[in-house]
Amino acid sequence: MIWQQLQSIAGSYPLALRGLGMTVVLSLISLVLGTLLGFGLGILRTGGNRLISGAIGAWVDLIRGTPFLVQIFLIFFILPELGIELDAFTAGIIALTNLAACFICEIVVAGIRSVPTGQVEAALASGLSRWQRMRQVVLPQAMRIVLPPLVGQYVLLIKDSSVVSAIGLTDLTRVGWLVVQRVPNGLLVFFLVGLGYFIVCYPLIMLARRLEQRMGAAHGEVQL
Amino acid sequence: MLENFSFRTIVEYLPLFGQGLVTTVWLSVLSFAGALAVGIVLAAMNLQRGRLFRVPAKAYIDAVRATPLLAQLYFLYFGLPRLGLILPEFVVGILALSLNSGAYVAEIIRAGILSIPRGQVEAGVASGMTYVQRMRLVILPQAFKVTIPPLLGQAIVLVKDSALLSLISVAELTRAGQLLASDRFMPAEGFITIAAFYLLLYYGLKGLAALSGRWLGLAGART
Repeated sequence: MIWQQLQSIAGSYPLALRGLGMTVVLSLISLVLGTLLGFGLGILRTGGNRLISGAIGAWVDLIRGTPFLVQIFLIFFILPELGIELDAFTAGIIALTNLAACFICEIVVAGIRSVPTGQVEAALASGLSRWQRMRQVVLPQAMRIVLPPLVGQYVLLIKDSSVVSAIGLTDLTRVGWLVVQRVPNGLLVFFLVGLGYFIVCYPLIMLARRLEQRMGAAHGEVQL
Repeated sequence: MLENFSFRTIVEYLPLFGQGLVTTVWLSVLSFAGALAVGIVLAAMNLQRGRLFRVPAKAYIDAVRATPLLAQLYFLYFGLPRLGLILPEFVVGILALSLNSGAYVAEIIRAGILSIPRGQVEAGVASGMTYVQRMRLVILPQAFKVTIPPLLGQAIVLVKDSALLSLISVAELTRAGQLLASDRFMPAEGFITIAAFYLLLYYGLKGLAALSGRWLGLAGART
């Protein structure tokens, strides 16, 4: 019985590979775009312009305050009404990138604010331009605070990518859903789906933990 | 453009949204209670010296944190009938949310207990307190304080996560939006309205977290 089911599941490995590929591609693209956008937003938010800073803060709050599933539905079903035609893949990328950017923005803001003002003043006194101050003084020091939660955020992003299966993208979770219609063993099928995510996410979780310990130790904090 | 955005339809469907909101709230409350129960047990296991309890607790927490909630939800939804457990969808949903959030709650509680300086424990030992007395009178009252804001943060995550239950056809808030979107072909009206309701819950919980931080006298408490 189990053997038959395993064989049947093994038969759908091309589909599973495609699903895993879709999950990885979705996560990777939105990870890169979201990181760039998130750093940009974070730097702008701490830039001193109240209007820009307030607008970014309000947007981040909107995104943090609503379920990701609802955001996907909003993007996928409403942008076409505004005259922007887009397929499920593009909608998924936009939703994931936006989500990642908002959370990374908050992480970057916390990092930048952790840099002592004396550092900025010293950079000012040395005649560094605004951009030089950011790039050579503030960001390198902020990275110590930013890096561990940033890696943690990537794990969340990979996991959240499963929600795009709701608009019909054939990612790993969707593949599980398709296979379970044929092989009625949900425990086995979704154990394997979970295993796929675990293999991708667990090393990142370990990395985040290591970074946290290392960055804490470098800063002379006592780790418990 | 959205020039024919119909507020009338939203008003017409308001009872449905109201029901969805109420369902989302009580599902979340029950799931959070479940998550606290799961989290306390896991945290207690994780803080033991012996490996017998610590290893399974750690494995469970890692497994939950490294896999998506949606896959966990489907695991239970398609898997439990296989074990002869035919449960209503909303029970499966509460179970999934409790088991998922429980792992995160366990980490919050553990961090709270570990944040108590060792000197406090040693002082308890020196005063001749038993393990239970030290836990109950010294450690837990102090740990309780620091865990409240992050626990409220987890409650916010849980409320948002409960939207996924719409995918196993639990009639909660997101499902109400989907119904309006498919019945009347009005996705904008449906999804913007439920987004507004979720924001209401979000700002409510966020305000509560800020208030609790002030009441508990946690300087610089952030959520």
